[in-house]
Amino acid sequence: MRRTFSMGGVHPNDCKISADSAIEIFPLPQRMYISMSQHLGAPAKPLVQRGDKVKTGQMIGASAGFISANIHSSVSGTVAAVEPYADLAGNPVMHVVIDVEGDEWEESIDRTPDTVREITLGPAEIIKRIADCGIVGMGGASFPTHVKLSPPPGKKAEFLIINGAECEPYLTSDYRLMVEHPEEVLLGARIMMKALGVTKGYIGIEDNKPAAIEAMRKLTSSAYTEIEVVPLKKKYPQGGEKQLIDAVTGRKVPSMGLPIDTGVVVQNVGTSFAVYEAVQKNKPLFEGVMTITGRCLPAQHNFLVRTGTTFDRILEHVGGVPQNVAKIISGGPMMGKAVSNLSAATVKSSSSLLLLTEDQTLRRAESECIRCGKCVQACPMGLEPYLLNKLSRAGRMEDLEDHKVYDCIECGCCMFTCPANIPLLDYIRTGKADVMRIMRSRPKK
Amino acid sequence: MRKLIVSPAPHVHGNESTRKIMLDVIIALAPSMLVAVYFFGLSAIMLLAVSVAACVGLEYLIQKYMFKKQPTVSDLSAVVTGVLIALNLPPTAPWWIAVIGAVMAIGVIKMTFGGLGHNIFNPAIVARVFLLISFPVIMTDWTIPTSWFRPGVDAVTGATPLALINEGLAQGQTVEQILAQHDLSYGQMLFARVGGSAGEASALALIIGFIYLLVRRVIRPHIPVTIILTVAVMTGIFWLIDPTRYTDPLFNILTGGLLLGSIFMATDYVTSPMATKGMVIYGIGIGVITVLIRYFGAYPEGVSFAILIMNSIVPLLNKYIKPARFGKEVKHA
Amino acid sequence: MGTTFIFTVVVLSVLGLLLAVVLFLVAKKFRVEEDPLIDEIEATMPGANCGGCGFAGCRAFAEACVKSRSLDGKFCPVGGNAVMQKVSAKLGVAMEEKAPMVAVVRCNGTCANRARTTQYDGSSSCRIMNTLYGGDTACRYGCLGCGDCEKACQFGAIKVNPETLIPEVDEDRCTACGACVKACPKGIIELRNKGPKNRRVYVSCMNQDKGGIARKACTAACIGCRKCEKTCPFGAITVENNLAYIDFNKCKICRKCVAECPTGAIHAVNFPPKPAAAPAAPTAAPAAETPKE
Repeated sequence: MRRTFSMGGVHPNDCKISADSAIEIFPLPQRMYISMSQHLGAPAKPLVQRGDKVKTGQMIGASAGFISANIHSSVSGTVAAVEPYADLAGNPVMHVVIDVEGDEWEESIDRTPDTVREITLGPAEIIKRIADCGIVGMGGASFPTHVKLSPPPGKKAEFLIINGAECEPYLTSDYRLMVEHPEEVLLGARIMMKALGVTKGYIGIEDNKPAAIEAMRKLTSSAYTEIEVVPLKKKYPQGGEKQLIDAVTGRKVPSMGLPIDTGVVVQNVGTSFAVYEAVQKNKPLFEGVMTITGRCLPAQHNFLVRTGTTFDRILEHVGGVPQNVAKIISGGPMMGKAVSNLSAATVKSSSSLLLLTEDQTLRRAESECIRCGKCVQACPMGLEPYLLNKLSRAGRMEDLEDHKVYDCIECGCCMFTCPANIPLLDYIRTGKADVMRIMRSRPKK
Repeated sequence: MRKLIVSPAPHVHGNESTRKIMLDVIIALAPSMLVAVYFFGLSAIMLLAVSVAACVGLEYLIQKYMFKKQPTVSDLSAVVTGVLIALNLPPTAPWWIAVIGAVMAIGVIKMTFGGLGHNIFNPAIVARVFLLISFPVIMTDWTIPTSWFRPGVDAVTGATPLALINEGLAQGQTVEQILAQHDLSYGQMLFARVGGSAGEASALALIIGFIYLLVRRVIRPHIPVTIILTVAVMTGIFWLIDPTRYTDPLFNILTGGLLLGSIFMATDYVTSPMATKGMVIYGIGIGVITVLIRYFGAYPEGVSFAILIMNSIVPLLNKYIKPARFGKEVKHA
Repeated sequence: MGTTFIFTVVVLSVLGLLLAVVLFLVAKKFRVEEDPLIDEIEATMPGANCGGCGFAGCRAFAEACVKSRSLDGKFCPVGGNAVMQKVSAKLGVAMEEKAPMVAVVRCNGTCANRARTTQYDGSSSCRIMNTLYGGDTACRYGCLGCGDCEKACQFGAIKVNPETLIPEVDEDRCTACGACVKACPKGIIELRNKGPKNRRVYVSCMNQDKGGIARKACTAACIGCRKCEKTCPFGAITVENNLAYIDFNKCKICRKCVAECPTGAIHAVNFPPKPAAAPAAPTAAPAAETPKE
């Protein structure tokens, strides 16, 4: 029996239609828009001014606080502007705009294709290098990786879990990395294990990716024996941190707790690859694999895209936006963000552009709740979405808190499964935000 | 520029709908409907047609002219209620009984509370109980399907097995004597040769419907299974104590609409608990009350009353029995 | 039979008596002394419990008044000066007269003025839409049109016009309780002085983008050109972040700015129609002088 998480979950059609498209290198655009806010936490401080010459890999934004990350230029050229530029939701965010000239990399970056296996740096140096290179979680939340690798005092990590679940339908960027660069991913894991001082690692992969499981197993059976491949039964949201820890180790992160409370640190496959490149090749994070997919597209792609490329440019490269496209999503269909501004640029954690047609995505009319309880059964956190939705609409904050709205991981299972098409998560999300704000404003004991 | 659609995540839906669920329930009821039509012929068809038409028509009229909103009869929930009412009537019942049942179920129980999703009681159960109390003669004038090949032509009227037992016991007979006298065997109960409502006629048809509902994941097995297990355990204990006074567990499971009630009416979404633990408590409650009414109550049959009583505490169960949450609560500031 | 009857009556009577004594003692022991003035003041309140005064409801307001024995900073916007005078008389403390206020929607982004650039498909809630993105038009300051203000208003005084998708305030019903101001995630609604004969002048725009961008998003946007600021003889208009604002305490409703505004972003309401525009009923056309509400 394949392992999976213990409660809830749904089974969307996985639609991994781009799984067999090998990673292609995306051509450099003429202009790059590099956001200073590509991570959770304080936006980075721009280090360059209009007219400055920059090289590929040069730091152009400095981390502005403990939870923040450095930003590096993904191209060489001249800074055209440092100004607010609209992100994918149309909100202005400070960007460094660079006119691309050639592709001259920083000399310190090792550009040879050799795999560097020997880890020479010590734990503290590894964490410093990861912070210097601006590595953030590639799973979506963009949490600065060096913070996650530095457990708070009194907490000790026991395992590292590499998240290869990629449970979101359509996405294949992690899959391609695992198939094409399995050793680099495992080296990244080994580096992070050294930094954390743990001796046991796992890599959880859903069983709809047999090629990735096999590629990893080949290596873990010989050279990387400290890492165990855990095939997981396909179920969404397996890639949620709490669900993955439950599936792999059976441990349950306590309510309001962090993974480290169970002695586990979870890192995404893409992050692991970026860590390898940063520590072994001294290469900052300025590019990532992106899946460009959709049934309406003539061809499916996995591109290695430099950070700051505009969505327009990517879509133009794949032949333009087909006429029947109704929604473009950055990320997966369950948790991704709908793009309203196509001139926005990719960020470090951009994992995909998904094009959906109207019949695939348009919401259907909401009808009365029939109290079927399917949302309750689907909730991976054991919450009662039907009730949270009602309480949130009624503005009953105390009751929302009593019903643990703060535990909601916003995975969307409830809304996905609701036969009455009730927009449960819309209201739960705002209710959760309100409750979290109230809880934070309370004096700490 | 083309206008892109923007909405919060999730951007896809699992394609389930109220209509699909109701359609599945109707399909699950199809074997029982077919059996009813097979045994009782025209009268069963007439009852089904009148009952469904009355339920759907009433819902449409009330929504359109009293609520003044777009009628939602296309969700098929009224059809399910109609079919269930018909299957709960004696096959010989006159057509107007079905109409009165529909008025009670849709007009009084479903619509006064606000329509689908808001009723506290299962409409079909209320209709059955209401009719049983108001028209006891018609409602207990059951037809015994006499032959596999002569549907309903010269049906013999009689009482249900449970009523026969109650009567016999009152006359001082033992269970064994009664069963022998009326030629009641399990094979007959399974394959529809005993008296009862149209839907109770064949246990096998109901079980086929149950399996279909489980396979299609329309319902979860918790409620029917706990009801049946509770009834089996409780009647088993009584039966072991005194087999001459109390009927055995299998007899109790196969008769008196227990299967129809537990599979199709106790599992009604609106009036059953949401959390698994609540479902189990609800099921046990129905089982216990059913057995108590059957053994010690005035009515030979208790499933409907039991479901009705447990319906009324479902809001409480939903309020106090919460699903198991993920992860332990830790103290936090 | 007789004994049973007598027995029943005796038992019930004794039981009733005992319980009555218990109730009496409990009521005595847990009696809460309350100033009767609170009840009196509460009775004079409008009873809307809208929270417009900043307290949880009318009772809470009355309690606060009696407790502090002062009306500093306490004002019931629904009851207005009339109610506050009664409260002040009951309490025997001075009150501060306040000019009546009304909610004003400062967005001119009707469907005609402001083209939709995306199709919003989420829940009909401004708040949810606002957390998702800037809005379904190119103006990210403007009204989202989902009617959170309408839902918040318990007096039925503000309604989204289905044609313009901009809320409109019913001045007679508006009590200036401020519920809509709090509900609007874009901060478009402002409580402004009702003005003499309900006549007032205000900038019906919140767009802080540079002129060109604002104009492109909405034909009736304030472009921050400062013409109004220069024109105003009373110094009531200030332009900050490319957006003009009229201070209603300084404004003398001379309407010079209205004529000056190149985009028609400044609205003057409840003035008698100019001789040329004969029809008395306000039209929906977005002309500058047209009364908007």
